[in-house]
Amino acid sequence: MDLSFGPEYETFRAELRAFLEAHRERAPRGGIVAAGGSKDAATLAWQKLLIEHGYAARTIPKQYGGYGAEPDILKRVILDEEFARAGVSAGVGGQGPDMLVPTLLEHGSEEQKQRWIGPTIRGEVVWCQGYSEPNAGSDLANVQTRASEDGADFVVNGQKIWTTTAHLADMMFGLIRTEPNEGKHGGLSYLLIPMTTPGIEVRPLGTMTGRAEFNEVFFTDVRVPQANVVGRRGEGWKIANTTLKHERNMLASAGGLEASFARLVELMKSETRDGRRAIDDPVLRDRLLRLEARVAAAKYHSMRMLTASLKKEFPGVAALVTKLSGCEISHQIAALAIDAMGELGVLYDGSKHLRAFGMWQFQYMFSLGLIIGGGTAQIQKNIIAERGLGMPREPKAA
Amino acid sequence: MDFALSDEQKLLEQSLRRYLAESVPATRVREIMATETAHDAKLWRDLAELGAAGVLVPEVHGGSGLALLDAALVQQSLGHAAAPAPFLATSVLGPIAFAAGTPAQQAEWLPRIAAAQTVLGAAFTELVHRRDAAGVRESNGRLDGTALFVIDAGAAAAFLVAVDRARIALVARDAAGLTATPLATIDATRRVAELRFESVAPAEWIGGAAGVPELAARVLAAGRVALAADVLGACERAIEMAVAYAKQRVQFGRPIATFQAVKHLCAEMIAELEPARSLVWYAAHAFDHRPEEAVAMSLHAKAHLAEIGTQIVRTATEVHGGIGFTSEHDLHLWFKRVGLDRQLLGGPEVVRAEGAALHGW
Ligand SMILES: Cc1cc2nc3c(=O)[nH]c(=O)nc-3n(C[C@H](O)[C@H](O)[C@H](O)COP(=O)(O)OP(=O)(O)OC[C@H]3O[C@@H](n4cnc5c(N)ncnc54)[C@H](O)[C@@H]3O)c2cc1C
Repeated sequence: MDLSFGPEYETFRAELRAFLEAHRERAPRGGIVAAGGSKDAATLAWQKLLIEHGYAARTIPKQYGGYGAEPDILKRVILDEEFARAGVSAGVGGQGPDMLVPTLLEHGSEEQKQRWIGPTIRGEVVWCQGYSEPNAGSDLANVQTRASEDGADFVVNGQKIWTTTAHLADMMFGLIRTEPNEGKHGGLSYLLIPMTTPGIEVRPLGTMTGRAEFNEVFFTDVRVPQANVVGRRGEGWKIANTTLKHERNMLASAGGLEASFARLVELMKSETRDGRRAIDDPVLRDRLLRLEARVAAAKYHSMRMLTASLKKEFPGVAALVTKLSGCEISHQIAALAIDAMGELGVLYDGSKHLRAFGMWQFQYMFSLGLIIGGGTAQIQKNIIAERGLGMPREPKAA
Repeated sequence: MDFALSDEQKLLEQSLRRYLAESVPATRVREIMATETAHDAKLWRDLAELGAAGVLVPEVHGGSGLALLDAALVQQSLGHAAAPAPFLATSVLGPIAFAAGTPAQQAEWLPRIAAAQTVLGAAFTELVHRRDAAGVRESNGRLDGTALFVIDAGAAAAFLVAVDRARIALVARDAAGLTATPLATIDATRRVAELRFESVAPAEWIGGAAGVPELAARVLAAGRVALAADVLGACERAIEMAVAYAKQRVQFGRPIATFQAVKHLCAEMIAELEPARSLVWYAAHAFDHRPEEAVAMSLHAKAHLAEIGTQIVRTATEVHGGIGFTSEHDLHLWFKRVGLDRQLLGGPEVVRAEGAALHGW
């Protein structure tokens, strides 16, 4: 273990701090949002600035539009810490940059990397993830949306559901049944689909938060070049799981938890009940400290996982628990914020006395959505038990 | 010993549930909650017909003259339906407060409550604690200050207002110097508001200007039991929905209810709920029959139901998967109802701290 922040790191931190101080006014409002989808000028300009300075897309190779730095755990940690501390947007995230880009780096063709990675990390091309269907949720391999060959194209028919940001997206990475005779898992391909293609219809679905939306996406004879398959035909299941691994890491981002926790501390210092600050209440403070420990554990856990992946070691079961615990911590941070505010904590929708635009209720509900999305908590536990602990699978239905 | 509901109580509950199931399905709840006051005069009159609005009003004043346990059953049924109705302030807190009122006050207000001819709001938050410098003070017979999270404020014609943390005044909605500002919460089935008082003359003081000892403690205890009952009903509904959904939803070629993980989620919910039901019954019973335990039990019921309620509506959402997170699906109505119940008249930590102080611990 060597966590010494030598002079190089101190300089890195000092420069980053000075950068954030000098430029924070240019950052888009709304804190650190992982949802993605916004293409307003401020967001794109901020992202460009961050990439130029190596504060976003840091380890993406230069030839694909990234900053091209070697992966460095301590710098990653410093970035998380300083953006959280400054309360400033850490740039464009979401399904494109955080999920598709690493998948393309691993499995994409040279042409696909050249074409998609740059615009995606710059925030110019927004992606949505087309996996789930009405009858393929936890049982994802049950995907029925199918593609038949027609010359150099596929013709896609079917339906996706719960597709986050589909109403904003330029592109979808989807899991599509292309090989009808290759069995449940072997028949799937990972396909990049332009959302402007004729035959695609996006219908919004509201969420309980009243804000964030997901969608249903319908495909009627949608023509997609076969060249848009990532990896080989029939390899979709394997590649989709690469993406899911990155999704689970994104959903449980330690940097996000740290930033959220920092906001919670500020809240508890400013909220009062009978003139007494929430943070001076020993019971609430005890909950706060428990969470601080869990956030710290998540942070150092992510450092450990990052180290292992850089050394190309497999960290075993420890790698499988991140999403389960991370989403839970996010939910509990919001739950404490609400309790610390008491009745003020249930205000919403632009109410008088509302704190932080209702961010805490939003987080409370949205993190519950994330406990379900990306593989439910129960499915995570099955994976941990079966893949992580080597326990036998539940017997198949008779 | 007989720890059970009486036949009359079961009948009351059944008739209410039947009416609510038929007349106030979730589609109707959504229509009512989309209106400005979230108040449906017909629903309120029907509840009076069924004996609900006047459940705590003495028979001489046209009510049923029943006890808090009966009122809790009504509140529970309303929670089960997520029904928008001003029952808590008008029919629980109102009669409990007016019980300490003068005969003239009782004669004026109680018959109207029983007949659903009036709606009351209750500004009692500041009996518990003050946030954002809220609080209503009296000087020279005038009221000044603000009251936050006033319960059932949407269609209220008059407000019961805690003053100086001890006395309760009755103030007409149209009193000069009074402004009511709606506060939007996550739960649209009920309306809370902020009241701002600028030299307002109260219509009257409940039981006289000097106040009535223990009155504040009594209304809080009754209100907390009722909120616990509302959580109880909401959770019953959430569990019913989760169990029904699990039996019908198929993944991996079988109903998800065949997975032990899903069974255990459902079993855990009900294992928390059933003892809590008994706690609510006892707390309601104690209010009328065991005065020495009444406050302590109201605190336990409020805090405990808030805790398990939060957990149950979350778990029910998880059992539903993605569909449970949508606004189209109805489950979130109960998720949010419990969210508001949890905080009104004190969240769990606040209430437990009162419990410890009550014990002298
Ligand atoms: C906020 C949010 C955003 C989302 N965004 C996207 C997106 O962008 N793209 C996309 O493709 N999908 C997205 N999803 C869909 C998400 O991946 C699915 O909701 C999730 O995988 C669960 O599937 P389901 O909704 O069909 O629930 P179901 O699979 O029907 O699950 C219902 C319940 O059954 C349980 N269950 C099912 N199978 C088992 C089993 N074998 N063992 C134990 N328990 C089991 C589940 O844990 C759950 O409690 C999103 C979902 C949410 C909530």
